Amino acid sequence: MSSYIEFQNVTFGYPDDEGNVTNDVIENFNLKIEKGSFVAVLGHNGCGKSTLAKLCNAIEVPLSGKVFVDGLDTADEEKVLDIRRRVGVVFQNPDNQIVATIVEDDVAFGPENLGVDPKEIRERVDEALKNVGMYEFRTFEPHKLSGGQKQRVAIAGIIAMKPECIVLDEPTAMLDPRGRREVMKTVKKLNKEFGITVIFITHYMDEAAKADRVVVMDNGKVVLDDEPRKVFSNDETLKKVGLDVPQATELSKMLVRDGIKIPEDSLDIDELFENIKAVLEAQ
Amino acid sequence: MNSVVLETKNLGYLYSKGTSSQVAAINDINLKIEKGELVGIIGHTGSGKSTLIEHFNAILKPTSGSVFLDGNDIWADKKNVRSVRFKVGVCFQYPEYQLFEDTVEKDIGYGPKNMGLSEDEIKKRVRESLSFVGLSEKYLEKSPFDLSGGEKRRVAIAGVMAMRPEVLVLDEPCAGLDPIGRNTVLDLIVKYREKTGSTVIVVSHSMEDISKIATKILVMNESRLAYYDTVSNVFSHAGELFSMGLDVPQITRLFLKLKDAGYDVRTDIYTFEEAEKELLKLLKRRGNNAQ
Repeated sequence: MSSYIEFQNVTFGYPDDEGNVTNDVIENFNLKIEKGSFVAVLGHNGCGKSTLAKLCNAIEVPLSGKVFVDGLDTADEEKVLDIRRRVGVVFQNPDNQIVATIVEDDVAFGPENLGVDPKEIRERVDEALKNVGMYEFRTFEPHKLSGGQKQRVAIAGIIAMKPECIVLDEPTAMLDPRGRREVMKTVKKLNKEFGITVIFITHYMDEAAKADRVVVMDNGKVVLDDEPRKVFSNDETLKKVGLDVPQATELSKMLVRDGIKIPEDSLDIDELFENIKAVLEAQ
Repeated sequence: MNSVVLETKNLGYLYSKGTSSQVAAINDINLKIEKGELVGIIGHTGSGKSTLIEHFNAILKPTSGSVFLDGNDIWADKKNVRSVRFKVGVCFQYPEYQLFEDTVEKDIGYGPKNMGLSEDEIKKRVRESLSFVGLSEKYLEKSPFDLSGGEKRRVAIAGVMAMRPEVLVLDEPCAGLDPIGRNTVLDLIVKYREKTGSTVIVVSHSMEDISKIATKILVMNESRLAYYDTVSNVFSHAGELFSMGLDVPQITRLFLKLKDAGYDVRTDIYTFEEAEKELLKLLKRRGNNAQ
């Protein structure tokens, strides 16, 4: 697979009141995201995850080093529109992302700004709303929707722009359990059925366990980068950087310590259940 | 049984009352919260959780029914409403956005100052609250804006604790925090309650967080009170909770699956320690039988 987004020795920091950058949020950062992959990004508050999201579609540009999206340099101002067509970002708070008073107008906002032909906008909006399961709410006022529904409208607004990659920055942090389930299912579908590259930033270990690859950041650097099972076997490193392992992994490790012969790397409750059942059936 | 600190009788609140878009945010809530409990409130988005807690400290006035604090109707005498707001301290979602003073000391002292307390008393309470949230006195002179996200959150919580409310209400105190930040805040809530004996009410979307700290759970569903019961009793309604857009803790889900598969296990389990014990019992019992 070819790399779709590439960070090359990127350093970035925010300027202080005098306009000087004294604190680098990320420093000499290198990362390659492959086309079509589903990558979860974990890290404690302030580790640079959100900065990473903003660097992906030229909301911010590196102070030094380069970020390439589909081969386009994000620091090249003439390419900004092309880059934003390719990479859409969904943020944590759905209320800050909705601009229109009717759901379908909100979804149309992005493609309208890209100058898409009105007839095609209609098609894209309908298709996007169907893909996130919100088509029957197309004439609703967004403020009457639940958090999970609003977040799916925000995602529809991004996919109506036909991006090749979606970056989601803690999209489930403010949602109830159903909202979290709905958003996760939608994002999985966009990745599997439409091949959209997904970068999913989260504080929930069980959500990260559903990705193809987990990148763990600490102080602006990558400390772990592997498939979920391998990343979550490093519980000491994870705890050192303020993170955790999924509850199912923690529980299987406890059982192994108690002398039960069971795999210690269950990623979710369903897997742990199957593993326990296997032990019981073998007895 | 402990005495009741907060009580609601037929409490209801209508938004846009009298217009065509009138909707009930909460409907006919009858509730008695005993002193010293740590109540976890769960419910889907829009279920009425926030509207309910906004009645506990008189931010909203009921459109029907009443709220009693220590047996007194809080709206019986308008002059008392201000004192209710000091007795029931509410810390809203993302409270760090409300920090505004130039030092941590002044920010935490803002509530006590408004209560008209003496300088000495304010100083004492600021330090006490800072220790409740696990920050050293080195922080007093710092600007709240130079702190990390988790530290800001704790300073904001300390600001409410400094009013020494009888009831401390926290709306999503862990939202957006990383796992360590989450555990730090959960721990400090538990310790605060142990040290002060105050009643604490925590709203959360995380079944795991609630299961770790609560003594009782209150479930709101479509503007009505669905359950108010012990943690294990509430989580025994897994099917109902799921259809309300909620869930049970992941650990509980494991035991429900085992039970469904025909294994003889308890299903009222939601902590690691209990889970470990029960699983070992199951795994070893079967092992012995086979020998």
